[in-house]
Amino acid sequence: MSAPSPAVELRHVSKRFGAVAAVEGVSLAVRAGEFLTLLGPSGCGKTTLLRMIAGFEIPDAGAVLLGGADVTALPPHRRDVNQVFQSYALFPHLNVRENIAFGLRMQRRAAKEIAARVGEMVALVALEGCEERKPHQLSGGQRQRVALARALAPRPAVLLLDEPLSALDARLRQTMQLELKRLQRQVGTTFVFVTHDQEEALTISDRIALVNRGRIEQIGTTQEIYHKPATAFAAEFIGQANVMEAEWVGNEPGFARLRVAGIELRVAAEAWPAGVTRARVSIRPEKIHLGKTRPLGGSGFEVRVDEEIFKGATDRFGLVTASGARLIAMVANESALREAIHAGDRVWCAVHADDIVVLRESGNERGQPA
Amino acid sequence: MRVCDLAVCGGGVTGSCRNMSLSSPSVFRTVLRSWTAAVLVFLYLPILVLVAYSFNASRLNIRWVGFTWKWYGELWSHAPLMEAAKNSVIIAAITTVLSVVLGTLGAWLLHRHRFRGAAAIRVLVGVPIMMPEIIMGVSLLVLFSALAVPLGFTTVIIAHVTFCFPFVLLAVRARLAGLDPALEEAALDLGATPLRAFWLVIVPALRPGIVAGALLAFTLSLDEVIVTYFTASPGSATLPLRIFGMAKVGLNPMLNALSAIFVVATIAIVIFSERLKRFSR
Repeated sequence: MSAPSPAVELRHVSKRFGAVAAVEGVSLAVRAGEFLTLLGPSGCGKTTLLRMIAGFEIPDAGAVLLGGADVTALPPHRRDVNQVFQSYALFPHLNVRENIAFGLRMQRRAAKEIAARVGEMVALVALEGCEERKPHQLSGGQRQRVALARALAPRPAVLLLDEPLSALDARLRQTMQLELKRLQRQVGTTFVFVTHDQEEALTISDRIALVNRGRIEQIGTTQEIYHKPATAFAAEFIGQANVMEAEWVGNEPGFARLRVAGIELRVAAEAWPAGVTRARVSIRPEKIHLGKTRPLGGSGFEVRVDEEIFKGATDRFGLVTASGARLIAMVANESALREAIHAGDRVWCAVHADDIVVLRESGNERGQPA
Repeated sequence: MRVCDLAVCGGGVTGSCRNMSLSSPSVFRTVLRSWTAAVLVFLYLPILVLVAYSFNASRLNIRWVGFTWKWYGELWSHAPLMEAAKNSVIIAAITTVLSVVLGTLGAWLLHRHRFRGAAAIRVLVGVPIMMPEIIMGVSLLVLFSALAVPLGFTTVIIAHVTFCFPFVLLAVRARLAGLDPALEEAALDLGATPLRAFWLVIVPALRPGIVAGALLAFTLSLDEVIVTYFTASPGSATLPLRIFGMAKVGLNPMLNALSAIFVVATIAIVIFSERLKRFSR
């Protein structure tokens, strides 16, 4: 027996709107039962991807498969996916119970079964007592739950969520992120979630597909995406990053020696693609360790502290290297270290070889730096 | 309904000018109150007098003699008027149903689908609203005689639908403009066919616009004279046509009674539609 088919598969799909290419040759496989987030800036094509899975857009080229079956030509009402809309799109003339029952009624289920299932969904999203209310009598968070319950009620194979939390205030949003993650584990349905908020994507997802200019820039677990960004876009869009030009200057046992902003740094030999002399590298601000004294082990370099910004849990330092390049370093505010480093000081930096990530150029599928 | 709109304007003067300063605020207020009262009296006194005279025992409208229901009784047994009233209600009802169907579907097609000539159609549906009724009446008469269609209920209803359905279309389009496009998608997404999505989700969401349009169509059809004059046969004469004919010969207290009934019905419709507006918010 072969491996189970992905819950959703896109094969080389493209979509143009007039002169604008919204999606260009995207291939993507969503595993059954996972929480996958399509993350990207506005206008990157992530919503178009979602709408092609739902059936609201027909791709110009390529195929859409659900559970291994080609549904490219099927209209939305004949696809086994349901969506939570950004505006929720609750039916204003129906109450909570009728909204949740809508999909089941369309499937012509028995009244008894519908009532039981609606009760189950109401309990799942903790809306007991609100069954008779109309959408306009609910708070934003409650509407969100009704939209979720309505989409889950017919037990779709895949649930699509189009920025469902963007209308909520910051605090409620964080609560709902955790709740959504818990709910997904509980029901086990495949979730495909669209957002432009990288923090939300990291909190909520199993895997992230990073979308940029109609293509998938990188796909991986949240850890992979954060610690091993593939491109400068990936490094800078998720969290913060120091992205710099690096030049290969030579090899030594186990390491490649690089010149970055006038400083000599080392990366693991296998991290640097053979035969390449120039590439960009990324260093996360919290991976730059600051100290008053020269670190042991040799890979330290001296910088001048240009500015310091107190951010509560962390301190952010703007650093200037001897060659004039600028770096950002982030230090957890856990000790008296902050007292010791001030703007104008000269301090030593240390970066572990594994924390220097070699990037490829965007759109280069083979992972080769230019 | 028209009378009512004017009254609202008269009242609006008080509201919008409340904060203007004149030599003395109290003098200003007195002037405004008198003005508003004068406007209301001007608008409603003739109607009140008419309703009052419908209960006057004298055949002449000049002198109050005593209270009577006589004219209402006479009206009830006046065959030509009752026949005309029946015609009017039938024509208005059928016109309303057809206008609601045509107007709602038309508004939906114009809103939902992009097709060649849509912009032209959008302008053209407004034309019957602007067009002088006399021109519509004559042109329809010419059309019907050219096609050798005998005048009667059918021709009157066709004529009425022609000028009524644009009102429904505009009322529904206004409602559509504020409608979340995701509503239809949500219905389709949950397994509704396009037809069921329209019937179960779009139509209920448009209901206030549809009802407003239907009330407009019904009242417009009910009191239309000019277009009807050109397109009706003697057998399909409507109430306004019959009243018009009778008034030429001389005023009859029976007409006062009839008008009183119309006034009450109109006020009832206005109150109903206001209630509905408040409910839909």
